[in-house]
Amino acid sequence: MTQAFDAEAQQALLESRARQAVELAGKLGADACEVGASVDQGVGVSVREGEVETVELSRDQGIAVTVYVGRRKGSASSSDAGEASIRSVVEKAIAIARYTGEDPAAGLADAELMATRLPDLEVHHPWPLSTEEAIALAQACEAAGRARPGIKSSDGASLSSGEGVRVYANSHGFLGSQRGSRHSLSCMLIAEDAAGMQRDYDFTTARDPRQLLAPERVGESAAERTLRRLGARRPATGRLPVLFDPNLAAGLVGSLMGGIAGGALFRQASFLCDRLGDALFPEWFGLSERPMEVGAMASSPFDNDGVQTRDNVFIDQGRLASYMLSAYSARRLGMQTTANAGGARNLRIDAPLTPRDELLSRMGRGVVVTELMGQGVNAVTGDYSRGAAGFWVEDGEIQYPVEEFTIAGNLEAMFRGLAGIGSDTDTRGSIHTGSWLIDEMTVAGS
Amino acid sequence: MTRHAQLDEAAGILLAPGGLSLEDLESGLGHALGPGIDYADLYFQRSWHEGWVLEDGEVKEASYSIDGGVGVRSLAGEKTGFAYSNQITADALAETGRTAAGIVRHGSRLTAGVPVAVAPAARYAGVDPLSGLSAEEKVAMLKAADRAARAADPAVSQVSASLSGVHEVVLVRGSDGTLAADIRPLVRFNVSVIAVRDGRRERGSAGGGGRYPMSRLRDEGVAERYAKEAVRQALVNLEAVDAPAGQLPVVLAPGWPGILLHEAVGHGLEGDFNRKGSSAFAGRMGQRVAAPGVTVVDDATLADRRGSLSVDDEGTPGQATTLIEDGILTGYMQDKLNARLMGMAPTGNARRESFAHLPMPRMTNTLMLAGQDDPTDIIRSVRRGLFAVSFGGGQVDITSGKFVFSASEAYLIEDGRITAPVKGATLIGNGPEAMGRVSMIGHDMELDTGIGVCGKEGQGVPVGVGQPTLKLDELTVGGTAS
Repeated sequence: MTQAFDAEAQQALLESRARQAVELAGKLGADACEVGASVDQGVGVSVREGEVETVELSRDQGIAVTVYVGRRKGSASSSDAGEASIRSVVEKAIAIARYTGEDPAAGLADAELMATRLPDLEVHHPWPLSTEEAIALAQACEAAGRARPGIKSSDGASLSSGEGVRVYANSHGFLGSQRGSRHSLSCMLIAEDAAGMQRDYDFTTARDPRQLLAPERVGESAAERTLRRLGARRPATGRLPVLFDPNLAAGLVGSLMGGIAGGALFRQASFLCDRLGDALFPEWFGLSERPMEVGAMASSPFDNDGVQTRDNVFIDQGRLASYMLSAYSARRLGMQTTANAGGARNLRIDAPLTPRDELLSRMGRGVVVTELMGQGVNAVTGDYSRGAAGFWVEDGEIQYPVEEFTIAGNLEAMFRGLAGIGSDTDTRGSIHTGSWLIDEMTVAGS
Repeated sequence: MTRHAQLDEAAGILLAPGGLSLEDLESGLGHALGPGIDYADLYFQRSWHEGWVLEDGEVKEASYSIDGGVGVRSLAGEKTGFAYSNQITADALAETGRTAAGIVRHGSRLTAGVPVAVAPAARYAGVDPLSGLSAEEKVAMLKAADRAARAADPAVSQVSASLSGVHEVVLVRGSDGTLAADIRPLVRFNVSVIAVRDGRRERGSAGGGGRYPMSRLRDEGVAERYAKEAVRQALVNLEAVDAPAGQLPVVLAPGWPGILLHEAVGHGLEGDFNRKGSSAFAGRMGQRVAAPGVTVVDDATLADRRGSLSVDDEGTPGQATTLIEDGILTGYMQDKLNARLMGMAPTGNARRESFAHLPMPRMTNTLMLAGQDDPTDIIRSVRRGLFAVSFGGGQVDITSGKFVFSASEAYLIEDGRITAPVKGATLIGNGPEAMGRVSMIGHDMELDTGIGVCGKEGQGVPVGVGQPTLKLDELTVGGTAS
């Protein structure tokens, strides 16, 4: 039931279509043009209580064209990258550009910044997996979790595996393309006690299937995470230290990056406007970007403007060393692009790491947060207030689960109050970090 | 336009370009109805999306996208096989149909029911909402919003305004005989401002829309109205003090704060979670799940509303379903799969983000009906509490029932009077518990302005909410002031 995907042929086809679109835009009167195109194919299966629930085969493609007529810009896109569709997309982009206003900052990134080193960063690892094999892996994952005493039922285990090609081309003559793959396995389980039901999950994800955790380990971990939530109480309201689990700490890094993104800065919609050079974190903390890391989740030799990516240092010895800019946002701010069109690629912490037990001792009395809910982060003011669940800590030891409380503060004060980073680094996403201990936040519970 | 005319129009748009007619769907459906398959459907969709964005007084971005294709689904008991293609041709139907049907390999082969055109009442006009205004008129609306916002207060430093519209055409052929089409317009206008005073910076935003032509946005003067409203909210937030932390009585303003219902109750009453027993409301049909006086309805039939549906994405006519009546659980929202497995009837709540996504039970417009109380009496009854007027996003864990939502405009209530504005605080509670603590219900039921997007399993769909002024005796408020 698997579909054949000839990545090499798809790449060649997509490259020629992108070139064709750029050429056509020039013929139809565009002064400059850029094109992004992609094709992705994958299989997704889910099982619940041992039985197959869904088998989904996906095949998505898309092409997006942006044209510049003078300093006016127009964009159009389609989920069909066929030849006929490309013509109508280009025509529509040019037609729409007649109505936009002059924007002195509009246009491609400078030609001399285009990527010339385009090494294979080894992010394409197809998994020749039959549907039956995919189902068996999901079943093994779920069965290991359900086998744990106390698990009431399952909300299912899912495996997805996909690969694809993306291409970026522009009228400087630049064309970059990259093949990539991503495979994931997840499991969600339910446990119950007199107070009601609890659920939690775990997952593994990687570009190379050989780097996935064993299905049984994912299932068992999902069971542990679910069972440990039973018997949760509500913490008392007060000011306390808070330890963020690694995947949630990655969210704090995300909020920082949102605040130093060019788009937020030139719109004055960031809590970090005009803070370049300021000490935002303790001196021992640094944060950098490694876009050319081989095999990593977000590796790419070129950004979404076609600009050669490079290692960036965003936080150096606690100070804000660089904003995160694309060609456009850089022009708006009168600066140079940092090759971050499309975001940051592979963020890494440069700081001394502390065993988690030691962080808990350092905390003494406080809460560990293992889940956050809601969107209570105000990017303009840095005000932070989110729903949470986790554990109560007393004398440096976890005591019991806690739920239905909020943690609140301001991101600037939280960054300043960073009191330690765990050695329990989570490497699943493109931001690698361990737990973060924040010295004090307002915990609101009973 | 009659509904049959709409079917012909949809067939002309979706099928004719690939050389197909309505009759050709029968062989397509035959592929999806493989051995052992007990239901299959074909879902054709094409959508045209247009978006305009103004910043710094100029329209800086304008975009247009065309998406479409066919999604083919084959069901066998609790199993679902699914495949899709962005080509609508006989070959694509055969390939996706065989793939979807591959979920099971054995069993008897059913024949599809004779197609009977579904003829629902139209809940909105089946028009292309993008064509009613010229590009110049669209640009003029955005500039009017910019001028109105800047004129409203000198503290306004940034204005962005956006106008967007979607013209969507869908056609469903199900093996139970369903043949339905729908032409769905959806438009929206939004204004967001940044106000700066004494080094402090705050955002305010406002917007709305529905299932009608863009020209109606202009005729109703929404550009100026939402611009002024966004500025008003930003100026209020410039004065805001730290929000309190701890358990407090909370009064919710009418309208958009209805997302409390959406999160605290709505998701927990979707059929899939209840069939699987993973909802905190599972197995509680006929029981008290909210205070007396609380009646909650999911209503797809409201004229021209953002969440309304003439037919859902399985071809079932949209309807009004009473979920909770006077505090008693009376109904779930169902699609065909979950309704069949639970021995219930579909309720017109099957929705999908696109042809490339599977349908699921989803909300449409979810409302709490009006009560008897005067809103001023409700405020007056609170000694110390929070008055929440507008919200950002919310989220729920349907298994534990825990929900959160974040206020974007709120005030303290002190001795029965609304006093200082407070910074955005997150409210957290447990759905069934919170509904039991509703102690006063206003007579001022209002619908939201048409801005909601609901996310579930990675699929976003437009929704509406509504409610009267509402008092909850106790909810945890996540501020920073003690």
